[in-house]
Amino acid sequence: MSIARQNRLNTYAAHGVLILYTLIALFPVFVIIINSFKTRRAIFREPLAMPNSETFSLIGYETVLNQGDFFLYFQNSMIVTVASLFFILLFGAMAAFALAEYRFKGNLMMGLYLALGIMIPIRIGTVAILELMVQTGLVNTLWALILVYTAQGLPLAVFILSEFMRQVSDDLKNAGRIDGLSEYRIFFRLVLPLVRPAMATVAVFNMIPIWNDLWFPLILAPAEEVKTLTLGSQVFIGQFVTDWNAVLSALSLAILPVMALYVIFSRQLIRGITSGAVK
Amino acid sequence: MTKHQNKPKFRWHIVIFLAPAVLVYSAIMIFPLFATLRLALFTEIDQERVFVGLQNFRALFGDAVWSDQFWNALGNNFWFFVIHMLVQNPIGIALAAILSHPRLRYAAFYRSAIFIPTILSFVIVGFAWKLILSPIWGIAPGMLDAVGLKSLYAPWLGKQEYALTTLSLVSVWQFVGIPMMLIYAALLSIPDEILEAAEVEGITGMSAFWKIKLPLILPSIGIISILTFVANFNAFDLIYAAQGALAGPDFSTDILGTFMYRTFFGFQLQLGDPHMGSAIASAMFAIILIGVCIYLFGIQSRMRRYQF
Repeated sequence: MSIARQNRLNTYAAHGVLILYTLIALFPVFVIIINSFKTRRAIFREPLAMPNSETFSLIGYETVLNQGDFFLYFQNSMIVTVASLFFILLFGAMAAFALAEYRFKGNLMMGLYLALGIMIPIRIGTVAILELMVQTGLVNTLWALILVYTAQGLPLAVFILSEFMRQVSDDLKNAGRIDGLSEYRIFFRLVLPLVRPAMATVAVFNMIPIWNDLWFPLILAPAEEVKTLTLGSQVFIGQFVTDWNAVLSALSLAILPVMALYVIFSRQLIRGITSGAVK
Repeated sequence: MTKHQNKPKFRWHIVIFLAPAVLVYSAIMIFPLFATLRLALFTEIDQERVFVGLQNFRALFGDAVWSDQFWNALGNNFWFFVIHMLVQNPIGIALAAILSHPRLRYAAFYRSAIFIPTILSFVIVGFAWKLILSPIWGIAPGMLDAVGLKSLYAPWLGKQEYALTTLSLVSVWQFVGIPMMLIYAALLSIPDEILEAAEVEGITGMSAFWKIKLPLILPSIGIISILTFVANFNAFDLIYAAQGALAGPDFSTDILGTFMYRTFFGFQLQLGDPHMGSAIASAMFAIILIGVCIYLFGIQSRMRRYQF
């Protein structure tokens, strides 16, 4: 009996700790969102109260939508993220296939060369990347960001995908070869569909850092028409520091798309991490 | 595969499969990395690029104009890293240990909720905490007042002696989900037989964690440490979002990333200097490289791994 009671106590303690930490994790997000729907006076008078009919106000959102070009920023972020993911997955899978499937001179060296970038952050080369983009006329275009994020994502993508491609059965591929499929068809028709779960993991790992990056948009594409949502909200908030309604609404609007992505992909993300894909 | 080895023909498809990735990666990542290291050896005199050898580094480490800022940023960066190691990783491990309990209900909910800060951008996190800790809004002092600790409140982000630690803790708050998830995965991969064998021997609960699980997840803790190290010495966004490029108050939150940004781009009256910026980037590269080497040769290769 005493053991059972102790177990129950332990369970309560575990839930207590987890609930406490969950509150710590969610509290700031919660405070920002509820206050974005309140009048300026209510924000300051009762910051922790829910908005009610008296204190409800959308004035902040009006300012944000009138002043900042958030739809454009959102569209830019979307283009950059989707295009980068497409290239990371396509190029990464192709290279991973070459490394996993064929024996050739320099295979190991090539693998090591591509793996270098897993540990070395691409930001170290920023000065020369900017020079390169200036020389090629890509500064202030979305292409500059897409190229940088593709290069940044490739090493880990090749690493993870080649691990998975080694597990695809040789019999299947050889059967394809006997049927006269070219190596390209074997890759696109047979192998790619089989490694889809691994591709999804790679996509989810890359999506959030690309969407949230501030450094490269700030340096490579700060112009108004190519601003990403992260940079756009940073600049907007910087200009409206004293307009609390606008700042809180801008923050809430910036939280929204990432939360939507998280709700859609969280299972994939968590499965990816816990399946040991990053080890 | 043997079928191919018989062919004397050059296998073009290998080149075609590898080319796009290798080209993009070499052109945008590897080449700029070495070009940056090279730029650190030059300076600009009368709008011309002149080779000066290690002069930039001498200035960076020894000339008070630069070195004061450099050593300050480096020291701050170390403190930033120490806080992550001492606070973020133990909390992450503790949460993972609780979550991995086999009969715990709602584990998936807790896991997803605790991971939410990690997916938010630095801009959101930086500003949200800035507002919450702000003395104008009064959430932080109000909450401390509610538990009778109002006297402890200070405008933490505005005080030189607290700002860096506060920002480090904000960063810890944001990223605790990553060690939690990785350790959680490692704990789940421990086979039940081992834990059952320990239980038969009378090792359960806390002592099972310290004596059985912890030694088994040491390799994962090593990986987390090196990931934390690389991420911390490469950090920039949070400080920039919360305190701006000047990393105030009075550079007390300046880390290598913000220092490099300021030097490279210039701010207010100071002009940007790509060569000094490259020198700082090279120093960051060296630090990260040393860290990675210590991990690979000093820690990882000596760690005992268990195959299940």
